[in-house]
Amino acid sequence: MTWRVEVDTGLCISSGMCMGTAPGRFRFDESQHSRPTRALTEPDDQVRDAAASCPVEAILLTDAGTGQPVPPYD
Amino acid sequence: MIGQPEAPRFPFPPCPVPYSPGPEVRELMAKCPVNQVRLPDDSTAWLVTGFAEAREVMIDQRYSRALVFAPGRQVYGVEATLSDALIAMDPPEHTRLRKLVAAAFTDKRVQALRPRVAQIVDGLIDAMLAGSRPADLSRSFSLMVPASVICALLGVPVTDVERFHEWSNAIFADWSRSREEIGEAYAAMSRYMSELITQKRKSSQDDLISVLIDARDSGDKLSEAELVDFCIQLLAAGHETTANSINMSFVALCQHPDELARLRADPGLIPAAVEELLRYVIISGSGFIPLARITREEVRLGGVTIPAGETVLPSFNVANRDPAAFDHPDRLDVGRVPKAHLGFGAGAHHCLGAQLARMELQEAFRGLLERLPGLRMTRPMSELEFREGQAIASMRELLVTWDDA
Repeated sequence: MTWRVEVDTGLCISSGMCMGTAPGRFRFDESQHSRPTRALTEPDDQVRDAAASCPVEAILLTDAGTGQPVPPYD
Repeated sequence: MIGQPEAPRFPFPPCPVPYSPGPEVRELMAKCPVNQVRLPDDSTAWLVTGFAEAREVMIDQRYSRALVFAPGRQVYGVEATLSDALIAMDPPEHTRLRKLVAAAFTDKRVQALRPRVAQIVDGLIDAMLAGSRPADLSRSFSLMVPASVICALLGVPVTDVERFHEWSNAIFADWSRSREEIGEAYAAMSRYMSELITQKRKSSQDDLISVLIDARDSGDKLSEAELVDFCIQLLAAGHETTANSINMSFVALCQHPDELARLRADPGLIPAAVEELLRYVIISGSGFIPLARITREEVRLGGVTIPAGETVLPSFNVANRDPAAFDHPDRLDVGRVPKAHLGFGAGAHHCLGAQLARMELQEAFRGLLERLPGLRMTRPMSELEFREGQAIASMRELLVTWDDA
């Protein structure tokens, strides 16, 4: 399975929470919003943790094949 | 790297303008975004005042929080109570605990609480209107807004506010206070919280402490000590910071009458004004030492090479006045277009309650400005008295008056 990682920059508050949780997987763009460093990734616990920890739930993970959202942890 | 022989003593003396950086730190900022300072135990540390640099320290995992608590290393004030806390952990261990509560503090959950917070604000203002003038804004309003909200969220009786506020005041200590004094307050708060947890184990309720109890008892996701610590920190951090932020923001607005008038004339500016106040207003006490990080390896930061094992202090509040990040950073402008600031820190330890605090501040100022016409301080700022030895600047009282409607 491959995941698609997206950040809703309309929601992003630039907390850097995702960067602290999943090193190297997110970066700030010119407007100081978070962007994934790679749009597609193999399933990755740290990326899922980053999505679960985002204070504004701005990180969207979907199954790149089906377009279905990746379920959060239990 | 050879240490600067004349590294200045840190923390610096109190600044006469309590919400702004003092002359000593400004002198360092003008020199370099990263400067060596000497701490009270004579060890050296790197004080980071540049915006980009401070943010990097808080986000980059090469700077560790957990290593701060290595055996034999000196920790100061409030840090002494935090050795087992969420804030003392690095990812991924930190992530395990943070996830347990992150869902309760998301923006969606916070916005659902807004009407209830508005009600709390209105109730407190009703009581102020029914009382005498001058009133102590700090006791009757600034403390009670966040205390009522966090009590409702956690399931703590708000009638206990006097008790837990005293303890949390003692815990939020700066470097000058003894570990014994801090330890006693922490022990008292632990006993209080353990009793509350015992009660809730008998009859579970719809509150955050019950959620955490369940995560421990059903999911074994945290230890009993972590459970108690976690609840204490949520309660203490959940009211102390916001209370003092309301106070100090109001003081700062009173010193900028044009900005205050602008905000009164256009309440639509309140969300932007709150962001600006979070950026501009320093709420830490003068003796506060920023929560330290230890370098895991040699790093380059702001043109400086820092060896492994060194103490780095990201001064997030001072960094909010970095001219490289903000135009006219020392100007309080309630109409400033909001831009990312470090008022809530950054990275894995970005304030858990950031969205809640934002909403509380918005509702607090909406209520104060709408319902208390001409609200003002009765004494000049220079007469404000602060409790000694606080990591977060805590006013003894903040006397205010207002005009008849």
